[in-house]
Amino acid sequence: MMTLTLDTLKQDKRAAIAATVGVGVLLAVFPFIVGSTLGNSWLRILDFALLYIMLALGLNIVVGFAGLLDMGYIAFYAVGAYLYALLASPHFGLHVPVWVILPAGALLAGMAGALLGAPTLRLRGDYLAIVTLGFGEIVRIFMNNLNAPVNITNGPQGISSIDPIHMGGITLAKPLSVAGFTLPSLHAYYYLFLALALLIIFVSIRLEDSRIGRAWVAIREDEIAAKACGINTRNIKLLAFTMGASFGGVAGGLFAGFQGFVSPESFNLMESVMVLCMVVLGGMGNIPGVILGGVMLTVLPEFFRHSAGPVQQAIFGKILLDPEALRMLLFGLALVAVMLYRPAGLWPSTIRRREFNGEAGNAVKGGK
Amino acid sequence: MKPTLLIANAICKHFGGVKALSDVSLTIRKGEIYGLIGPNGAGKTTFFNVLTGLYHPNGGELLFDGYKMRASAPHLAAQSGIARTFQNIRLFGNMTALENVMVGRHVRTQAGVVGAVLRDPRTRREEAGIHRRAEELLHYVGVADRANDLARHLSYGDQRRLEIARALATDPKLLALDEPAAGMNASETAELRVLIEGIRNDGITVLLIEHDVKLVMGLCDRVAVLDYGVKICEDVPAVVQKNPKVIEAYLGGSVA
Repeated sequence: MMTLTLDTLKQDKRAAIAATVGVGVLLAVFPFIVGSTLGNSWLRILDFALLYIMLALGLNIVVGFAGLLDMGYIAFYAVGAYLYALLASPHFGLHVPVWVILPAGALLAGMAGALLGAPTLRLRGDYLAIVTLGFGEIVRIFMNNLNAPVNITNGPQGISSIDPIHMGGITLAKPLSVAGFTLPSLHAYYYLFLALALLIIFVSIRLEDSRIGRAWVAIREDEIAAKACGINTRNIKLLAFTMGASFGGVAGGLFAGFQGFVSPESFNLMESVMVLCMVVLGGMGNIPGVILGGVMLTVLPEFFRHSAGPVQQAIFGKILLDPEALRMLLFGLALVAVMLYRPAGLWPSTIRRREFNGEAGNAVKGGK
Repeated sequence: MKPTLLIANAICKHFGGVKALSDVSLTIRKGEIYGLIGPNGAGKTTFFNVLTGLYHPNGGELLFDGYKMRASAPHLAAQSGIARTFQNIRLFGNMTALENVMVGRHVRTQAGVVGAVLRDPRTRREEAGIHRRAEELLHYVGVADRANDLARHLSYGDQRRLEIARALATDPKLLALDEPAAGMNASETAELRVLIEGIRNDGITVLLIEHDVKLVMGLCDRVAVLDYGVKICEDVPAVVQKNPKVIEAYLGGSVA
């Protein structure tokens, strides 16, 4: 059914515009619905979901498009977050404006991506996974230990009192007054993150359907054939690492400003695995799927966390299993189930889906 | 005599103690169909891999279109105008047939990340050109009706043709085909023969590795025979067929 509706939208311009407006209005009022019905804690989760969408889309370029298994992706998130923390906090007494830090974070994370990519160009699959996993841990351990002899990262204590995201005289930490209308802080962050997430989605979509995007997929499919087609696989792979990492850097900067506090603990291996799960579970290489994966894997664990306790209380009269442990158990089960029943992800790419639809799919594509 | 396109000069390639190629020299002229034959393990594919930059030769040099080729850089070989297909078909299985050919245009186009994101008029024009050329080539090799199917779902013969289309998309001066008729039936082979002749008539030089001796002898202008990494003969098919060394290589030594 999903195929049908999406393909109808592609063909019917008016329906497409109506759908875009509808989704736009929904996204615009969504924080107010969530805020008033579920409360601020869910609004925070929503903000985090947007950050994770950015991360998942960044990793999707490396893993989904170019087929390079990166297990240390969270390191680029850390680079972006620490850059923000160091340049806009009392720690060094620096207060660089956000419009300088975010591009700088993207650039620095992109450079870190190239730095990781360069020595791993000849590796694929499991071997690449091991090296990138090591890289992710190295970055975290660096952050943990760079407090002596010169205190740069403040070690395991992390950096606190980070400047909230602000521009000119407007800060997102306090409720905003826009034309006599008050916008709470969490809502304001939502709109900022939404804008940047949409930008990253736009860039991803444009890249996917381009000469560069095709070259990435060609490398994923068959590296030797890609070389024989004249693709400079070294440069194109480095480009994938750089682009993916820069998305992570932006998300990291936003995270630091939003949270007001960063510590190495936020960037452990589990986070890398989580982002990778979002990409794989949602549908590797398919942008809507990856977005879905990002939202689901942010929202579902929180849902389990919030409901596991009360549900047990209601059924058994007491809490038998620690909600935190149960959350991971259910999460693991969900992963296994998806991999068994939907190995290509919850929302695989159109081409793969078209394979199942056969002739009907062809007709649609031909009519485009 | 036609001008030369490729001069291979004393190419050597060793794998440990195995001499896959020893001092192989050959000359390919512009506009000809040049056959490279030999028994299994004679070094034909190894020569292809050296030619297309996948292997680094241990000795010798390649002059292509007047320029010395830099070794071990497949993308540079493609850029200078050598395109190839593979003995065991290597398509991008999860891309459509059309996309496969579009990837072949990569080396003749230049849009980067900025162009891809902004889609400025130049990038749009380039992209439209890629699309048009890819469709033309699919028509040319005869798999246009499968343009939007995944490459891995094409029939064996269509996959072979698609690989040729992808190679042609790089605008080659020399098209190197590694056993294109392997696994094809008689009628498919006949169609392939028409296709290869058409490619030559369009001015592209063809280098052909093939086991189907009948096809090679009928199609090629000149043929070189490799045996145990040594070139034992290079001439027009009629002469090669009668060469005692060639007969010995194919039928086994010291036939009574």
